[in-house]
Amino acid sequence: MSLLSLFRPARTESGRKLHDFHGGIHPPQRKTLSSEAPIRPGPLSATLVLPLNMHLGAPALPCVQVGDRVLKGQILAEASGPVSAPVHAPTSGVVRAIEPRPIQHPSGLDALCVVLDSDGEDRWTALTPCPDYRDMPRAELVARIRDAGIAGLGGAGFPTAVKVNVRDSQRIEQLIINAVECEPYITADDRLMRERAEGVIAGIQVLQHLVQPMETLVGIEDNKPEAIAAMRAAAAGTGIEIVTVPTKYPSGGEKQLIRVLTGKEVRSGGLPADVGVVCHNTGTAWALHRLVTTGEPLISRITTLTGTAFAEPGNVEVLIGTPVADLLAFGGVPQPHTGRLIMGGPMMGFSIENPLAPVVKTTNCIIAAPLSELPEPEPEQPCIRCGACAEVCPADLLPQQLYWYSKASEFDRAQHYNLMDCIECGACAYVCPSHIPLVQYYRYAKGAIRQQAAEHQKADRARERFEARTARIEREKAEKEAKRQARLEANRQKSSPATSVAAATPAADPVADLKKAVGEASSAYKAAVKIAKEAEEQGADNAADLRAEADQLKARADELKIALRDAKANAPAAVAPTAQAAPADPVADLKKAVGEASSAYKAAVKAAKEAEEQGADNAADLRAEADQLKARADELKIALRDAKASAPAPTRPAPASPAPAAPPAVSLSTAPESPTAQANAEDEASAEAERAKRAQRMKALKTAFNMSHKQWKEASAALERAERDGLPDVDTHRARVDKLKKKADLAKAQLNELVEAAKADMKASTGTDLKTLKLQAARAESTVREKTAALATAREAGDEERINVLQQELAAAEQQALETARTLKQAVAEQGLSDGDDA
Amino acid sequence: MTTILIAVAALLAMAALFGAILGFASEKFRVEGDPIVDQIDAILPQTQCGQCGHPGCRPYAEAIAEGEEHNKCPPGGEQTIQELSDLLGREVLPLDDEHGDASDIKKVAYIREDECIGCTKCIQACPVDAIVGAARLMHTVIVDECTGCDLCVEPCPVDCIDMVEVKPTLQTWGWSRPPGVGNAPARHIPVVNLP
Ligand code: SF4
Ligand code: SF4
Ligand code: SF4
Ligand code: SF4
Repeated sequence: MSLLSLFRPARTESGRKLHDFHGGIHPPQRKTLSSEAPIRPGPLSATLVLPLNMHLGAPALPCVQVGDRVLKGQILAEASGPVSAPVHAPTSGVVRAIEPRPIQHPSGLDALCVVLDSDGEDRWTALTPCPDYRDMPRAELVARIRDAGIAGLGGAGFPTAVKVNVRDSQRIEQLIINAVECEPYITADDRLMRERAEGVIAGIQVLQHLVQPMETLVGIEDNKPEAIAAMRAAAAGTGIEIVTVPTKYPSGGEKQLIRVLTGKEVRSGGLPADVGVVCHNTGTAWALHRLVTTGEPLISRITTLTGTAFAEPGNVEVLIGTPVADLLAFGGVPQPHTGRLIMGGPMMGFSIENPLAPVVKTTNCIIAAPLSELPEPEPEQPCIRCGACAEVCPADLLPQQLYWYSKASEFDRAQHYNLMDCIECGACAYVCPSHIPLVQYYRYAKGAIRQQAAEHQKADRARERFEARTARIEREKAEKEAKRQARLEANRQKSSPATSVAAATPAADPVADLKKAVGEASSAYKAAVKIAKEAEEQGADNAADLRAEADQLKARADELKIALRDAKANAPAAVAPTAQAAPADPVADLKKAVGEASSAYKAAVKAAKEAEEQGADNAADLRAEADQLKARADELKIALRDAKASAPAPTRPAPASPAPAAPPAVSLSTAPESPTAQANAEDEASAEAERAKRAQRMKALKTAFNMSHKQWKEASAALERAERDGLPDVDTHRARVDKLKKKADLAKAQLNELVEAAKADMKASTGTDLKTLKLQAARAESTVREKTAALATAREAGDEERINVLQQELAAAEQQALETARTLKQAVAEQGLSDGDDA
Repeated sequence: MTTILIAVAALLAMAALFGAILGFASEKFRVEGDPIVDQIDAILPQTQCGQCGHPGCRPYAEAIAEGEEHNKCPPGGEQTIQELSDLLGREVLPLDDEHGDASDIKKVAYIREDECIGCTKCIQACPVDAIVGAARLMHTVIVDECTGCDLCVEPCPVDCIDMVEVKPTLQTWGWSRPPGVGNAPARHIPVVNLP
């Protein structure tokens, strides 16, 4: 039959050549059940439920309050975007609630609805018709349509205002009115056209006016002769062509109808407008007619009540929002209904889960049928690859391939076979001898593909955010490092002139510099004296010269000393700290002593060497003396180390203040490049590296611990579950729990060790421990808070004096809080401890 | 004999010629593909949870490119392993449960806002900056950006962060897969066999 239809030369009476689409089926019609009775007005329910997302696009936004009294036709919720539609009150009454309610959706999920208690009066709000729409500006008419909440009444509920608003650049060749109604059982459009053909034609003229097509075609299946006759009569002389199309399911599919009437093919993923076609539904045309003649918004629609369970099947003009249960009672369905209850047609509709859910703008049919009429689906059998499905697919797909890939969740391949072009008509499932619920497989696959796409998008966003964050952290670190470097550099510059030539650059602190110079000069003098003495003893001939040099040095040292004294007198303030610091600081003194001792030793060694070279007989003595000096220097060094250990605080600034330098005047070039300072700097650097390494390791351990701790918790939960349910794998669970626990404990132990070390380090470097620092910070903060509170009360009381005092105190407290917080932060950052680690 | 020699010589000459052409073409028309790390990173789920033992998905992608096993990402689960295997031509391995179990349940963090003390610790933990708040002020999670990585739960000192399941909405709901051969699908299958 379907094969034959391929070759049937189809041509209408008007001479229009019809085309055919691939496949299609001829299920029993069952239309006479409801098509013979005239349209009745529906019941007025006590409570109407109006979902805010009856249409395609963004849900409407409620613009009434609970308890508001509204009139019939008054707006309840406004359109919330370019693709959206408002919702109107189908009758007068009181808004009882705006809350999530079950709606007619295969998911059975709730959606936000406006619940309206009708007052039974059915009183209209003021309406403004526009019969002279042809003289209105186009935009205004479109806005009217939009404000009336008119959405496609046939299929998905696409807002009509969006669809009629064709761009000027688009040339619309055909306006097609879809009155095919190819699905079994449904007769809503049929009855509408039979009874209200004039109105429908008038509505189509509104569409014509908006779209300005070259021709207007109304497609009606040839199984509705009365409707065709009525429409022909009404359309006479309007230029609207009524086209009879052969009965075949699904010729009412948009793309299929376009193909049948015009032969045009809408490409995959494209819109009808791409080929110059716009499709609208009969019901939409009727709604437009009502709008222009009476000003009524879309608050009711014609719905078919059918199925043999209805005592009085037929078409009913239902208020949108009427619960299905009220319609069942209205149509005389015996309660409780045990058969199937379907919203929409038997091919593309869905089972109603909750009869309290309402009729919406797109509800064209409600079927209540006993199981003898519409039996439960049969169990799925394996596919026998008969190919019947491919023969009937109106979209020219390979349903069997789609099925394999959807079932195996191989979505890429399913997409490759154009799964997204499937119109879910159900023809394939209808003919499948194995009763495979093919459409549900496709819907599943489509949903999964959409979800994957959404996840992909989300993942991309997460990647971006993660990368941005990583970059930010890097940048902050680099900035901090740069600051630190700058600080170090500044320090080094301050200390370098001292280590080279004291007099070379006039330093910031003349007293300190002078002191250093004095020290250097006097030790140089001493060394020179020594060498001179030795030379004299050996009777060397340069002894006199040496002596003179030594005297010169002494003179210079004395000069410097005097200068120092003067400077001290001149700048007592500046001296105070240094002068104080020097004696109070045993370490600094010791360091100086060490420096002197070691330079003395070096000088002695040199002298001994010279004596040996000259073959002097006191060479051995000199050597012994040098050894003695070395021993002393070593002693001092040890003392210094001890002192440092016992008095940690003062050592911190030590590297900054230069160690005693050696006399550059004397040719002791190898000598005092201040060995301690160098060693200190090295220590500092390696400690720094050490700390950084530790911080890194600590972070890694922390992640490891968190992870294993979490896994352990999960595993314990799994174990508990297994134990409770008496599952056989309790032992493996237990082993896993133990393993993870051990792992977590190990990580924690290692982490603790590091944390302890870091804390000790901090104690050494700051003189206090973390706890004290934290305590200080907390105390400072609470003081600030107290003061703020006190200030507020004082302000209230208007006590001027107290306010002043408190303000000062608050400022001081804030200062202190800031400082302690900074110290704490610095200490913490330096040691790589984050302040959660003392837990 | 000479015929054979001629034949061999001719073949060799052709081989050399075609080799040269191919070599030239491969240089001239080289397609700059995605570096492999980017491709791996595109497959990883970007939860940034660190369960794989790396501080984020990209570092793990780098590690995989350098030869690390590709079965350590629990949020990705079987599917990610499958895709990585396809990409890298490696064997499909079962998920390494050292790193946690795969779970299909999507979760996002939720901060019980009146219990939040504003310590900012969760902000520091969040790898995708999905938490907003400031010191001593209430914090909250930007649900759309939260990857459900769980990293913010542990640091919270007052335990006010929960991981809550993401409920399907009308926008995200999808049909479930039919129960398969031998079973009748549930009632809401629209297509009925008309007698
Ligand atoms: S009709 Fe059913 S059994 Fe036949 S090939 Fe298609 S899916 Fe398989
Ligand atoms: S449901 Fe999809 S695959 Fe099946 S016949 Fe219809 S369009 Fe083709
Ligand atoms: S385990 Fe987490 S961090 Fe690692 S790749 Fe997977 S999602 Fe990314
Ligand atoms: S909010 Fe928490 S769970 Fe969500 S991404 Fe951030 S850290 Fe992970």
